[in-house]
Amino acid sequence: MKKKTIFFRKSTDRLVRFASGLAVAVAVAVMFWIIITVFRYGSSALKPGFFLNPSKPYGIPDGGIANAFLGTIFITFGAAVLATPPALLGGICLSEYKEFRRLNAVLRFAANVMMGMPSVIVGLFVYTSVVVPTGNFSGFAGSIALAIIMFPVIMRTTEDMLGMVPYALRESALALGLTRTRTTIQIVCRSARKGLLTGILLALSRVSGETAPLLFTALFADRWPWNYFTQPTANLPVLITEYSTNSPFAEMHRAGWGAALVVTVLVLAINVATRILFREKKHGN
Amino acid sequence: MLGFFIQLTVSSSEIWQTYGLGFLASRDWDPVNDHYGALPSIVGTLVTTAISLLIALPLAFSAALYLVDARPLVGEILGHAIDLLAAIPSIIYGMWGLFVLAPLMQDYVEPFLVETLKLNTLPVVGKYVGSDYNGFGLLTAGIILSIMILPYICAILRDVFLMTPPMLRESAYGIGCTKWETAKDIILRYGIRGILGAVFIGLGRALGETMAVLFVIGNIMDMPENLLSGATTIASTLANNFPEADGLQRSALFALGLVLLVMSFSIQILAQYYLHATSAKRGEER
Repeated sequence: MKKKTIFFRKSTDRLVRFASGLAVAVAVAVMFWIIITVFRYGSSALKPGFFLNPSKPYGIPDGGIANAFLGTIFITFGAAVLATPPALLGGICLSEYKEFRRLNAVLRFAANVMMGMPSVIVGLFVYTSVVVPTGNFSGFAGSIALAIIMFPVIMRTTEDMLGMVPYALRESALALGLTRTRTTIQIVCRSARKGLLTGILLALSRVSGETAPLLFTALFADRWPWNYFTQPTANLPVLITEYSTNSPFAEMHRAGWGAALVVTVLVLAINVATRILFREKKHGN
Repeated sequence: MLGFFIQLTVSSSEIWQTYGLGFLASRDWDPVNDHYGALPSIVGTLVTTAISLLIALPLAFSAALYLVDARPLVGEILGHAIDLLAAIPSIIYGMWGLFVLAPLMQDYVEPFLVETLKLNTLPVVGKYVGSDYNGFGLLTAGIILSIMILPYICAILRDVFLMTPPMLRESAYGIGCTKWETAKDIILRYGIRGILGAVFIGLGRALGETMAVLFVIGNIMDMPENLLSGATTIASTLANNFPEADGLQRSALFALGLVLLVMSFSIQILAQYYLHATSAKRGEER
């Protein structure tokens, strides 16, 4: 082997260290760049009416995003309601009932694969299995699609969080004569409460910006989302897509940016909030 | 999950009956005459994914190295910042790409590549770079994707690096290795499986990404001629054409979906295989 001089080795090391610093700087700078862009363009669209009026076809003044905002809330919360109970049960099964080895292996594998499943595919699947049979696009179908995406995320975090509960706690509960179910529900889940909430919120923040599945399921409509179960429902991500790609009008681009700002703030707020929540928990232990 | 396969196969049966496996190799996409082929989309998907990995992997690797060795508070804050990059919805990346990155590419980066570096006149490379540019295309899409998958790869790499037993690293320092030599010869060797797993996770992300790509790739249903030309990927074809499609075209789109599903499924399995191997190793050490 050729002998390298100490100078060469040290300078390579410096170079690599510089490159790593640069890589981090690039990544963080890009993040701020994106967020600042969204704020700069988006803030010009923010007027009181923007939040109060429903979206309108081009040419009619005073269009807003209120209906899409409400629709997004309906759809994501619908998804949370659909996904949370089975996902929590799945997570409990993975972490507390270790004796079902076969079932758990299958469950874990399926969840991992589903986590990496492209969201368009989920959209297609829900389209063929919900939208076609019921005959129309609906916000509810959108919720189902998002629930499918949320399910594995919640399940895996539930498993991890329950795994963090110390074994001594379980053993003492069992020693007091509690049944296994009561131990699980009242002791284990209770002490991991915050962690479970974190999982749900993180999943929520992940799906609230999802667009692709909603294009196939919820579609869009210029009206209030009262017909959530039967009719196409307005929602923010699809509104952004429509306004910024399919429309030549500056007015609509601006509204699109405004909506983008709202989505970004929403998602980042949930995300940062969960991180803080979770941090407190870690420190508390 | 099996339902996914079954549904998509049933829905796309029409196109398989009409074209057989030739659908995958055919390069026309002509809704007017009802001719469909998957090759342009598949090629577009693979090329954008490859570009994004080429950019993201070195970046993520060096960023993870930095974060692991950084002072605790700095490392934590920067790590959170990179994680937030993963939280930004893909549609925001798409808008950013459309209104910021694409004009930037058109005005500065692509002229620089073509006119200043004259990459298009080089013998072999030139053919792949091409000389027409308008800011949209495979390269722009690849760059956006690389930014999107960076945090995922970086997060896994960080875990993998932290998993290396401190004893090994300290021994390396002890015999006089520099940090880079330790990283290259010890951490890289030790965590190679985890790194492969991270690569596959990133690959899976990049393959299926729809919205960001849809905004910047140009959506041209032809075989892409070079890196700067507009193209399409499977996912963006789906999102773009689905609402208007019916009959055979819709069936063709379902078939594309099936192709994408098979691709991402196999990548996920590989990723799980490698990551599972590392977690088993982790288990032994405890």
